[in-house]
Amino acid sequence: MFFFFITSGLFLGWSLGANDAANIFGTAVGSKMIRFRTAALVAGIFVIIGATLQGSGTTTTLSQLGSVDALPGAFTVALSASVVVFLMTKALLPVSTTQAIVGAIIGWNLFTGHSTDVKILSTILATWVISPVIGAVFSACFYILLRALLKKLQIHLVVLDVYIKWALIIVGAFGAYSLGANNIANVMGVFAASAPNVVIDMGIFRLDGLQVLFLLGGVAIAVGILTYSKGLMMQVGNGIMALSAEAAIVTVFSQAVVLFVFSSTAFSEFLQGIGLPPVPLVPVSSSQVIVGSIIGIGMIKGVNEIKFKTIKGIAYGWVLTPIAAGLLSFLALFFVKNLFNLNVGTAVDVAGATADMAATAGAAASETTRHINLIWPGISLLVLVVLSSVITYSFSQQRKRLATEKELLEREKETNIARQALTDAGVRAAQTENLHLQNEIENKRRDLINYAMNIVEQKEYFGKIAGTIKAILSEKRSESRDEKLRKLELDIRQRMSFADKVEDFNIRIERMHKDFIGRLVQLNPDLSPNDIRLAVFLRLGIASKEIATLMNISPKSVEINRYRLRKKLGLDRGANLTQFINNI
Amino acid sequence: MAFFKNATSVINAIETFFNTIDEGVLVFKEGVTNYLHGNQEAFNNNIANMAKLEADADNLRRDIENKLYAHSLMPQVRGDILRLLEEMDNIIDTAKKNLFQFDVEVPNIPAEMNQDLILLTDMCVSSVSAVIPAARAYFRTPETVKDQIHRVYFYEKEADKLADAIKRKVFRQMTGLRLSEKFHLRYFTLHIETVSDTAEKVADLLSIMAIKRSI
Repeated sequence: MFFFFITSGLFLGWSLGANDAANIFGTAVGSKMIRFRTAALVAGIFVIIGATLQGSGTTTTLSQLGSVDALPGAFTVALSASVVVFLMTKALLPVSTTQAIVGAIIGWNLFTGHSTDVKILSTILATWVISPVIGAVFSACFYILLRALLKKLQIHLVVLDVYIKWALIIVGAFGAYSLGANNIANVMGVFAASAPNVVIDMGIFRLDGLQVLFLLGGVAIAVGILTYSKGLMMQVGNGIMALSAEAAIVTVFSQAVVLFVFSSTAFSEFLQGIGLPPVPLVPVSSSQVIVGSIIGIGMIKGVNEIKFKTIKGIAYGWVLTPIAAGLLSFLALFFVKNLFNLNVGTAVDVAGATADMAATAGAAASETTRHINLIWPGISLLVLVVLSSVITYSFSQQRKRLATEKELLEREKETNIARQALTDAGVRAAQTENLHLQNEIENKRRDLINYAMNIVEQKEYFGKIAGTIKAILSEKRSESRDEKLRKLELDIRQRMSFADKVEDFNIRIERMHKDFIGRLVQLNPDLSPNDIRLAVFLRLGIASKEIATLMNISPKSVEINRYRLRKKLGLDRGANLTQFINNI
Repeated sequence: MAFFKNATSVINAIETFFNTIDEGVLVFKEGVTNYLHGNQEAFNNNIANMAKLEADADNLRRDIENKLYAHSLMPQVRGDILRLLEEMDNIIDTAKKNLFQFDVEVPNIPAEMNQDLILLTDMCVSSVSAVIPAARAYFRTPETVKDQIHRVYFYEKEADKLADAIKRKVFRQMTGLRLSEKFHLRYFTLHIETVSDTAEKVADLLSIMAIKRSI
């Protein structure tokens, strides 16, 4: 049952981790100076250490305000505080778990009839107001010191970046430690009176019942940081409170110092030792201290516009949150008591008697205290953690190496594909060129053969004519000579028609203008071969007279053919046929 | 420590980059002087030297860029620094381009213009020489950047005035030149002047960057 009842506290711890880790590592993670994983791990570990080692101081103060002495009551008080925090966060109102839990405890006091120690309450209230002011003063001082130091040291920006990175981690660890130490009371303080009466021996250290409770609360905060703080960290780093890295170090450091001062019993005792008044050990809101710290830096930088709206919002939070939590706690306790018939706390005023219950929980370990020896399980756990860390690390390195190799292979593959594509394109281009050159060679070869044949043919022909003229000259009879001369004239005239040459010319022309002929036929598929030939001649810019010779027709017929072609191509009277053909 | 090793290697690269730019503009000045005095062989050497320095500057810039991203250094000011390096790389690019223009176009420059053009080159180189310490200061003492860049603005303004005077002289007093030659001279005066303009751009950028670091 114990674990069930502390779930509300664990939930409060989870939401505290999810919200407040951004105050510590927001700028560092948002500006990508530190990876979220590193930040969350450091914050988680140090929150647990701070909560376990130094959480008792603030818990004592809360117990003095109201010692919730029954588990169902503590459950209800923590749940009421969680619900108020959740609802106010949803409504974007400034809220702090500290103020919520104080209000809820006062609600419990009112419900059970316990008196509220006004002195303690006023100390707590004063701390809420003072803590942001102290944060502002601290951050202003630290900022002046840091600036002076940096000016004096003149560190190169690149080296400074490395220092800043480490400083952010170290200061963040201190911030997380202080957060755990100071705010664990909000999470687990109400359960202090119900802490199990045990002592766990871990070999090198011992944990009493209260510390076990704090350890659980610390783990809940760490889980909150690991699971749900990333979004807010990025938001804080990039928007709402975008700070320079130096300013981030100072704000986180001053916040950590304030939280540490208000939670350290040793520091308080030290002050008393040198004759100064002790510091009240009170849980304070880390968010409000951070706001104070930022304002402190703003004042040093000479930023005139202090956001009074933000300060007003915080002041509203000081009033609204405890009242809301107190009312809800009172109502919830009423329902839990009357509906479930559970004991939510003793109805007598035993505040005086139980005030130091939490603080003395460890010391009051009597004979009834259960001693649990966890030396061997602790060592085994440690070995297990170390082993699993080593294995995880080696696996992650292996994964990284594989990923790099894979990326390299991908790149190589892409390069090969690109090279292959280039080679293919080159081969295709070379093939096309080869084909073109082959065609050209073929044409040249045919030209040469034709030329040679022509020479042979001409020689034969003229030889034949020379023989005929010789025969005519040797002819004695005039009739027979005239007859032979007429025959010779006819032969020469027939030869002049050049029919085969013209045909050869036409074939060549058509081959050269294959594309044009294709497009022309697309315009009118009914074009005759003569029409096509005429169009080709016109495209070549050959005059009508020459066309007549080439087509072996009269110039008049060429004009008629041109007219027919115009009609077939659907040209208007004013349109230019040659221009039209050239544009095809 | 690996972190400091990376940081040191980046610092060394940045310092070498600045030295290369500085050397580049000095070679530019020497190249212009050699061209004007007709020392062709020395001018050719200057051209070769300039090409090498420009290539070195490019490689260094890429190397710094890679290192800054690979080791996640200075995520907040990384963008500004890379822009600064690019703008500074533009200086040596412009100087190289100008020197090559002399080699390609072989402008006919009357001897009486030599001193004016040498003085103009000197002013431009001085503006660059002033911007380099300012850029170095940004990394260590950003608060002193402002004190250093006012020299850049001074030299740039002087270069502007001188370029203007040269152009007036060419177009109003040198009547013996052809219009094409006058245009050519104006063109080369503009070329040389652009070096100081790029230095001024770097100074403007540095001024903003220094303010950003002080906020």
